[in-house]
Amino acid sequence: MRKLREFIIEKLVLLCGLASIFFVVLIFLFLLREGLAVFKTISPSAFLAGKSWYPISEPPQLGILPLILGSLVVTFGAALISIPIGVGCAIYIAEIAPKRLKEILKAGIELLAAIPSVVLGFIGMVTLVPFVKTVFHLPTGLTALSGSIMLAFMAMPTIVSIAEDALYSIPKTYKEGALAMGATHWQAIWRVMLRAASSGILAAIMLGIGRVIGETMAVMMITGNAAVIPHSLFVPVRTLTATIAAEMGEAVIGSEHYFALFAIGIVLFVISFAINVTADLFLHKRQ
Amino acid sequence: MTDKIVTKDLNLWYGGFHALKDVNAAFQVNRITAIIGPSGCGKSTLLRVFNRMNDLIEGVRTGGEALIDGLDILAPDTDLVALRKKVGMVFQRPNPFPLSIYENIVFGVRIRGAKVSRSELDAIVESSLRGVLLWDDLRDMLRSPALRLSLEQRQRLCIARLLAVKPDVLLMDEPCSALDPQATARIEELMRELKHEYTIVIVTHNMQQAARVSDDTGFMLLGELIEFNRTEELFASPRDKRTEDYITGRYG
Ligand SMILES: Nc1ncnc2c1ncn2[C@@H]1O[C@H](COP(=O)(O)OP(=O)(O)O)[C@@H](O)[C@H]1O
Ligand SMILES: [Mg+2]
Repeated sequence: MRKLREFIIEKLVLLCGLASIFFVVLIFLFLLREGLAVFKTISPSAFLAGKSWYPISEPPQLGILPLILGSLVVTFGAALISIPIGVGCAIYIAEIAPKRLKEILKAGIELLAAIPSVVLGFIGMVTLVPFVKTVFHLPTGLTALSGSIMLAFMAMPTIVSIAEDALYSIPKTYKEGALAMGATHWQAIWRVMLRAASSGILAAIMLGIGRVIGETMAVMMITGNAAVIPHSLFVPVRTLTATIAAEMGEAVIGSEHYFALFAIGIVLFVISFAINVTADLFLHKRQ
Repeated sequence: MTDKIVTKDLNLWYGGFHALKDVNAAFQVNRITAIIGPSGCGKSTLLRVFNRMNDLIEGVRTGGEALIDGLDILAPDTDLVALRKKVGMVFQRPNPFPLSIYENIVFGVRIRGAKVSRSELDAIVESSLRGVLLWDDLRDMLRSPALRLSLEQRQRLCIARLLAVKPDVLLMDEPCSALDPQATARIEELMRELKHEYTIVIVTHNMQQAARVSDDTGFMLLGELIEFNRTEELFASPRDKRTEDYITGRYG
């Protein structure tokens, strides 16, 4: 009886595991089938390097370079903001903050991670966008910079918690050794502990950035969505994700536009996958 | 003979736990002093008084005095950075930094912040590695990670990185407990060489090691320094019954 129950449970779990793999493969195949179809009418290089995205003109122009650059600019800005602040915050929590403050900060970070991105986007729209507009004297606050700041908030919880964990789990003997040699606390952190935790911290950064690249709602709400090649952080941009989200509803199924949106999905998939694999490599190096 | 470290009625508490009780001892220049005793008797605690590493532990209080070169290092205004430059420590588990061999050795020089030229650093690396008899083995791999070395080499490297900043005192907390007998013998040999330039205090729970390597020995039990004497005398004719019981193996 007991044996039978064990057997059934075991097989059920196996089934669930197989099902999830099966669905992932299915989704991927679907994505490939719909996405690769666009290359019947446009070459991959014209698609990736084309400078104009006018999907509903006649004939449609399907160059996604502005969108790729839009994603990169926003992500780059977000990285520029979130990496120093996130790593600094992790150092503060792991090494400097008194016990009580540490708990409060950790709870705060978790709370930040729990805010739905659409809510963050909404808050950004009513506070951050006008702020960026007035501070930098811009015609509009709907810019890559606004998106970067918003996304930095989303990357931060991932970066802080994983980097803090990395710092916390390096052997205490490194710190002891450094202090015993007469290093100040800060020297011990800077010269020894950050090095020791470097692969974990890099993984934290990659995972934080990975989260940012795939983010859709908030960027769509506050980056202005202009599909032009950005030359700075202070102009409206349109990201890969926002393009799919905004246009999928109106694209005619089976049209070139429709296939192109799936092809954008493939590009996103490849980027995210590459980032996650890199992060994984760093994490494994740590062990 | 000159006293380097002197303790006067030294007491230490971990919160409510009385870990060192009225310890009075004198550690002399150019001699190796061993501290022996069963596990948990306070050997490491005593050693960590001398470079104030106990400060890292919350709730530690001290009483009495610990004088190094006549100055009470327990005084609140002691410059810990200067103290730890003068009093280096070798740990039980070799703990080189996750940096290159070269960077491990110049670490102490770099954190002092003084501008030191490249050739001076190179010279320091060479002389420190020669000091621990590693130069010939490692001269061609100074840029490789220190964590690739064997345990014995790591422990030697940890000694070398202390020599690089020329301390007066070397504190060694069971420096051979992670090593095999041959490596242990070689480290002991190294200690005998080093004692001509340093004051060495070694903690060990291995009585044979204390007998082999040290000039003076202190025996501790439950936070008290029971007996402190020339090593030969302490082992040949212990004055205290408890010392005798310990060295004849009646404690474990
Ligand atoms: N951080 C600490 N907090 C509380 N008690 C401690 C701490 N470190 C050591 N002790 C206690 O102090 C006593 C002496 O410890 P230690 O000096 O490490 O002994 P030994 O090195 O002789 O084995 C032990 O009973 C140990 O439990
Ligand atoms: Mg100990």
